[in-house]
Amino acid sequence: MSSLWLVVGLVGLGTVVIKAAGPILLGGRPLPARATGIVELLAPALLGALVATQALGDGRAVVLDERLFGLAAAGIALWWKAPILVVVVAAAAAAALARAVM
Amino acid sequence: MDEPPPTRYRDGARAVAPFAVAVLGFGVSFGLLARVGGWGWLAPIVMSATTFAGSAQFAAASILGDRGTLAAAVAAALLLNTRYAPIGVSVAPWLDGPRWRRFLHAQLVVDESWAISARGEGRYDPRILVGAGLLLYVAWVAGTAVGALGGQALGGPTTLGLDAAFPALFLALLAPQVRRRKPLFVAVLGGTIALALTPFTPPGVPIIAASVACLLGVRR
Repeated sequence: MSSLWLVVGLVGLGTVVIKAAGPILLGGRPLPARATGIVELLAPALLGALVATQALGDGRAVVLDERLFGLAAAGIALWWKAPILVVVVAAAAAAALARAVM
Repeated sequence: MDEPPPTRYRDGARAVAPFAVAVLGFGVSFGLLARVGGWGWLAPIVMSATTFAGSAQFAAASILGDRGTLAAAVAAALLLNTRYAPIGVSVAPWLDGPRWRRFLHAQLVVDESWAISARGEGRYDPRILVGAGLLLYVAWVAGTAVGALGGQALGGPTTLGLDAAFPALFLALLAPQVRRRKPLFVAVLGGTIALALTPFTPPGVPIIAASVACLLGVRR
């Protein structure tokens, strides 16, 4: 039990420090122009990675499963400019449906 | 171009509301998973309240559930959260005020609050960020409590399709940012790097490594 609390404590502490580092050290000051060029591309890079790993990753494996139906449904909903809630519900419903049928 | 009217914290909460619903569901599934894994009811709630980073918490819980070591669980969770270092740097210029306030605001930065506060070209709206972060925090902790304290009756996260909700969320966040060719290239590259590394590295590393894509994008 105590090792569980150690994990909870260490992960919590580490996360707080990681999150605080940038804003505490650099807060309120503009970044140099070169850094801005990189940082503005950070969002698409990380989001692209999150989409890919959340849709296709399973631990250390890359798998094709029902989540792909969800992602396809989300893509179609976005193409039709649906609100985000509709996009997400469509994705969850498509995956749940595919799972129930297959 | 006209200056848009100033935003309020409430605008951030409103904008992120659909995500908060999904995060609530995700929190319920974390609470359930941890409870089933023998965590008791208090530990998952304390972890959600102090860590506030879903993917890292799931990683830690699943590694402990697979009888992984304490070190592996902590390392995987912190590696997944390493992305908050560059994310923190990206929002730092817009978080001002005394140090304690910057510290607290920084804790409200999660993927969804960060992405929804992005105004393009590296700019961020701090009020949207904080308002969105607060609502997501409440949803995450409340969801965890529901899952940990009861909720055995709810279906599993996969039967509800919650696992498919998350790539959809991130895709919805990505879509408005990739209208131009360069960010689109970087997003595809980031996804490719992450998938290519997935079989060979511990969970979390592929996402961090994908941030290299923005360096390659700048050079292009």
